Amino acid sequence: MVIRTDSPVAAAASPTPRDTLCPILSLANNMGASQSEHEFKDLAERTGFSLDQIKNLHQRFKWLTNHQETLRQEDFEKVSHLSLNPIKGQIVKAFFDKRNFGKHEVGLVEEIGFEEFLMVMSHFKLPNKKLTDEDTEDVRTEKLRFLFNMHDTDNDGTITLEEYRHLVEKLLSTCETLEQDTSLAIADAAMLEVARITVGHMEPHEVYEGITFEQFQQILKGVQIETKMNVRFLQMDTTTMRCGK
Amino acid sequence: MSALLRPAGGPHRSLVRRWSLLVAVLILSVMASYVSASVVRTGQGNGTTTRTDSKTNGTSHHTKKAFPVLSINYDYVRMPFEISLWILLASLMKLGFHLVPRLSGVVPESCLLIVVGLLVGGLIKLMGENPPVLDSKLFFLCLLPPIILDAGYFLPIRPFTENTGTILMFAVVGTLWNAFFVGLILYGVCQATGGELREVGLLACLIFGSIVSAVDPVAVLAVFEDIQINELLHIIVFGESLLNDAVTVVLYHLFEEFANAGTVTLVDACLGVACFLVVSLGGILVGAIYGVLGAFTSRFTSHTRVIEPLFVFLYSYMAYLSAEVFHLSGIMSLISCGVVMRPYVEANVSHKSYTTIKYFLKMWSSVSETLIFIFLGVSTVAGPHSWNWTFIIVTIFLCLLSRVLGVVGLTLVINRFRIVKLTGKDQFIVAYGGLRGAIAFSLVFLLPEDHFPMKNMFLTAIITVVFFTVFVQGMTIRPLVELLAVKRKKDTKSSINEEIHIQFLDHLLTGIEDVCGHYGHHHWKDKLSRFNKSYVKRWLIAGERSMEPQLISFYHKLELRQALTLLEGGGAAVNVSMQNIQPRRPSPERLIPHMPKGREEEIRKILRTNLQNTRQRLRSYSRHTLFEDPLEEEEEDYSEVQMRKKRVEMHRRMSHYLTVPAKPQTPPARRVRFESDNQVFGSTPTSTPSSRFQVSLVPSIQVSRAPIARMEQMSQESVSLVDESSQQQDSEGKGASGSDGSLGAELSVIRGEMDNLRLPRCFSDPGPNKIEEEDEDEEEHFMS
Repeated sequence: MVIRTDSPVAAAASPTPRDTLCPILSLANNMGASQSEHEFKDLAERTGFSLDQIKNLHQRFKWLTNHQETLRQEDFEKVSHLSLNPIKGQIVKAFFDKRNFGKHEVGLVEEIGFEEFLMVMSHFKLPNKKLTDEDTEDVRTEKLRFLFNMHDTDNDGTITLEEYRHLVEKLLSTCETLEQDTSLAIADAAMLEVARITVGHMEPHEVYEGITFEQFQQILKGVQIETKMNVRFLQMDTTTMRCGK
Repeated sequence: MSALLRPAGGPHRSLVRRWSLLVAVLILSVMASYVSASVVRTGQGNGTTTRTDSKTNGTSHHTKKAFPVLSINYDYVRMPFEISLWILLASLMKLGFHLVPRLSGVVPESCLLIVVGLLVGGLIKLMGENPPVLDSKLFFLCLLPPIILDAGYFLPIRPFTENTGTILMFAVVGTLWNAFFVGLILYGVCQATGGELREVGLLACLIFGSIVSAVDPVAVLAVFEDIQINELLHIIVFGESLLNDAVTVVLYHLFEEFANAGTVTLVDACLGVACFLVVSLGGILVGAIYGVLGAFTSRFTSHTRVIEPLFVFLYSYMAYLSAEVFHLSGIMSLISCGVVMRPYVEANVSHKSYTTIKYFLKMWSSVSETLIFIFLGVSTVAGPHSWNWTFIIVTIFLCLLSRVLGVVGLTLVINRFRIVKLTGKDQFIVAYGGLRGAIAFSLVFLLPEDHFPMKNMFLTAIITVVFFTVFVQGMTIRPLVELLAVKRKKDTKSSINEEIHIQFLDHLLTGIEDVCGHYGHHHWKDKLSRFNKSYVKRWLIAGERSMEPQLISFYHKLELRQALTLLEGGGAAVNVSMQNIQPRRPSPERLIPHMPKGREEEIRKILRTNLQNTRQRLRSYSRHTLFEDPLEEEEEDYSEVQMRKKRVEMHRRMSHYLTVPAKPQTPPARRVRFESDNQVFGSTPTSTPSSRFQVSLVPSIQVSRAPIARMEQMSQESVSLVDESSQQQDSEGKGASGSDGSLGAELSVIRGEMDNLRLPRCFSDPGPNKIEEEDEDEEEHFMS
């Protein structure tokens, strides 16, 4: 399988080219076969990805890092399409957020290895087997937690109004003509809605601190995150065989 | 009257002519009302609505050469008259069913309508007349398009695109399978049983199979709207019924052609496949072209709002007709036209036009649907029948069998690709929901008799199948859905939070796909929307709204709805205010703004005066424009007592800061009110005067005509202000202190004191607008 490169310009634009641009196409097949095979199996057990998926992702990881061991924020510049994404910053940050690595740590890291990369990706994994209702609930909670962490930038357990405003602002940032007031108003309206749904009656002197995770779950009750938040690429069946080309 | 006329025949000839014209009109109208009265009476009484023999001569005196005061010329109006009567009958029937709630709860409307049709047909037959048959031309050119356009225009895009693969699979492969399975086995059965059935040829069987296998959108809509099934199943069955039109059209024409030619070669079969692609893609293309044209036209209608809705209907109808000209799939053309046109048209037209479009579509489609079912019943009585037990029973059995096999088989394949698998229950509902309907009937009706001598038998069989599916399946599907506990449609009152997070998720998934280097679903969707935003919208949407992202327009819609729903809430319950979520805790004195009574009164006076002016300015009338004039519409008699009561209430509310009223018993109803200091009110598109109303924290209140009118709508109490404004003038004398100029002055006086007060809140307090409120209610009803 062959990984397609994004435009060479994007690759060259990487601010810290840590080594010469390697011939990407050649690395595909012989990735230190036996040794990495073992590692991959280990990873597969921990992340729940299949071997094929891990190989596939590893290739991508290598391409992103220019064959370094670790991935840095700048490496994401290579993905040219990402620069059009209004929430690019948040997406990139999610990869360096310790909370997403499943190790109960907090804070940001400078660079991540392949394992962390996989851990982040695993939040977008399709469940392999049929799930019971409880499993579904777990998957759902885990995915929601990932989303929640993306919004809760200071990790205080709540999405505050400031954070929410920031989120809406980012979502609307692709639109040039928009006044800032509008996005603020939308964020405020949304926040107000959350407060009303989750808390109900409030006395004037009470202050709504922000959206907690439980409330976050509550407001997204109607959205089937567990079926929506999936990237098909990671599902290793016939659809994926096409994807690299 | 003639006595009046005769003396007038004097010197002034022009006067006479005018008089005679008037009299003629009078006579005509009297006559028409007479005839209509009598016919309606018979129409309702014993069900005959047509052929009311009106050869009875006029009741006027028959003296020679006398001016015929009253004469009858029924033939002159007969066509439109009968049509109106049919529609009237249909509408009355529809009305009647909903007056008997228990009946409509058990039996689907479509069944009842067919029964009514049967009764009417029977009565007509008893009268010794020939009941009319559902004319195929009438059906395809007049009755079907409104239903399909309605379905296409309001097609839920998101679920549709998310399930396109499944829908296409069922629509194309499933229909093909059904057609050939039914056709071939039927042929086998016909050959095996012998007798007269032996004459039925293979091609005839195949064409019958292809007609009978197509799921009918009209029947599906009629039944599925009743049972409120979940979105996924609804869109699968409904989408299938829409998209299988192309397959049916191709198969139909193909077999018809072959029946003429006699021999079929492999080349013909290949051409058939090519034909399918041309028919479906061509239909979509034609529809899309007209859709773009329609959107482009609507860009320029801002000065003639009145005819705006017409463009939508005309372009869609043209799309349908143009597709039919080339034997392309008219249904697909209509749907793609509606889908393409809708987002741009909605951005361009005014809110009222939008409502008009919606109502017209709903009205037409429901009338068409009613007529179709009634006619189906009538034609059953009328049609030439030839009943063949074997053929009909085998047909029904094969229809059911092939449907079940097809659905189960295809689901096996589809489920491998789906994230949300179709469960056994889902498959059952999909299979069971495959209703057949009037399209199949009309198609059989169109068969040329000379090539298909068994046409009458086919007709009978099709009618039986339609009746079987509509009655047996249609009536039992609701209990079955309940029995199986299939997921129902959830209350889809979208909240702004869900919208935000869904959009966020979209972007997130696109981003992750990009990082993975996988160009999948989200990637292409993102590309498409980017293209749409950067090129298409610029061309098709007028003004700055072209740049508006989806979230904003969603927000505007929501805002509007919230303002309207406040009426029910009455503003009584106060739950959460902006104060509660403010990040920095406000200082205590700002927490509870206190407005002196006198000031409040003053502000209200200012408002009132300005309202007065607004009203006077709006008095002009034009036939070609609709004035946004809520004041006139709300001029109703409010008694003094009511007025007082409202005023007391208003006092209470005005001293209150931003509030979020909600009826505790209806939690899903989203009602939010926002802080007014960064608020942009929902803007109905450009021409409506009251589009934007911004109030900044420092109350530099821009009092212009528009905001005032808006405020008038906004505050519930101000309903009474309308009357108040005139009465107050007399009672208080000083109330009407003037024009815009003095208004500014007065405002500046109070400005200083209000710095700490959140005055604008009182103004922006969104309230009811009774008329639109009703609209919105209906809207939600329809949307759901």
